[in-house]
Amino acid sequence: MLSWLNVISAWSIPIIIAFIPLYAATRKVPVYESFVDGAKDGFSTAIQIIPHLVGMMVAISVFRASGALEFLVGWTGPFLQSLGVPSEVLPLGLLRPLTGTGSLAYTTELIRAYGPDSLIGRIASTIQGSTDTTLYVLTVYFGAVGIRNGRYALKVGLFSDIVGFIAAIAVCLIVFG
Amino acid sequence: MINWIWMGMLVIGFVFAAVNGNIDSVTKAAFDGAQTGVTVSFGLISILVFWLGMMRLAEEAGLLKKVAKLLSPVVRFLFPDVPKDHPAMGYILSNMSANLFGLGNAATPMGIKAMQELQKLNPDKETATPAMCTLLALNTASITLIPTTLIAIRLNYDSANPSEIVGTTLLATAIATAAAIAADRWYRFRTFHKAKPPGAGAGLSTDAKG
Repeated sequence: MLSWLNVISAWSIPIIIAFIPLYAATRKVPVYESFVDGAKDGFSTAIQIIPHLVGMMVAISVFRASGALEFLVGWTGPFLQSLGVPSEVLPLGLLRPLTGTGSLAYTTELIRAYGPDSLIGRIASTIQGSTDTTLYVLTVYFGAVGIRNGRYALKVGLFSDIVGFIAAIAVCLIVFG
Repeated sequence: MINWIWMGMLVIGFVFAAVNGNIDSVTKAAFDGAQTGVTVSFGLISILVFWLGMMRLAEEAGLLKKVAKLLSPVVRFLFPDVPKDHPAMGYILSNMSANLFGLGNAATPMGIKAMQELQKLNPDKETATPAMCTLLALNTASITLIPTTLIAIRLNYDSANPSEIVGTTLLATAIATAAAIAADRWYRFRTFHKAKPPGAGAGLSTDAKG
């Protein structure tokens, strides 16, 4: 299983970047020129995202550094513990929608401290893998096209984070518990 | 809502720092955060430039249209208001497949490209369309077949079976995605039902997936 997975992850991108130009060439597309032409948009798109990302990162960073996030974690911990959920994974539920690097660092720390094959390690891995960083996705995708009013997108994203968090814990408790 | 969350994090952070007596940390955190924002954006440049170039090739070769046709029933169901052979469809599909295989750094450029195509269909350039919200819902839940990063980390810490979390992750992500699609459909229905009769029966079948 693992070797099969490794093969897929090692080969998928190389195959894509060889196949696309080859296929385009058979369709008489001037491959290099058209690559450069499309690539030009990349720079301006990335630059357009900067103000959105800076705004969001500042808020998240202040929120974390002030100890507010820690307080929130400590305050909700006992409640979750009473449901049989290891309180160590709780910060992950709060970190996951806010910061991708932050939650990945926390997951790695849990895996290091408790072992990858402990219940905590398994739950943390599942939580980290099962949803994406909602605030980041929202900021980058809407920022790239200049959308200011995201309608209900944030609510939907946070709702699915909560569902994913609960589902990850429940599934792990059933499978590994 | 985003305005409240943003302001809330800043103000609550300020209050906590003031009460805890570490007001210095706010200044440092603010500038560190700003720097992270720029660093991440600059990190995106190389990925965006490369993948958008590749995607232009795929588009001009007609590859995107082909992929879009192949999986169109799924995407038609999720994006009833995007014209069938609009380029956005191909990008949405590339974005979804990249997510599926855990190719995060390829998924983002394709998603952004899909967003730009959807923006062309948008009558009000500052307000998200339902299709954009659906695309975001799919990406925040990010259905993943192979959580490659996690497997690598577990391998690193000598797990007896690093890939044993593939099954649990798949199940959890499927549930999260189903919830996202259902919620998206519900909001879409609620927002647009009153304004005008729904075009494609949105909101009728909320949980066909999962």
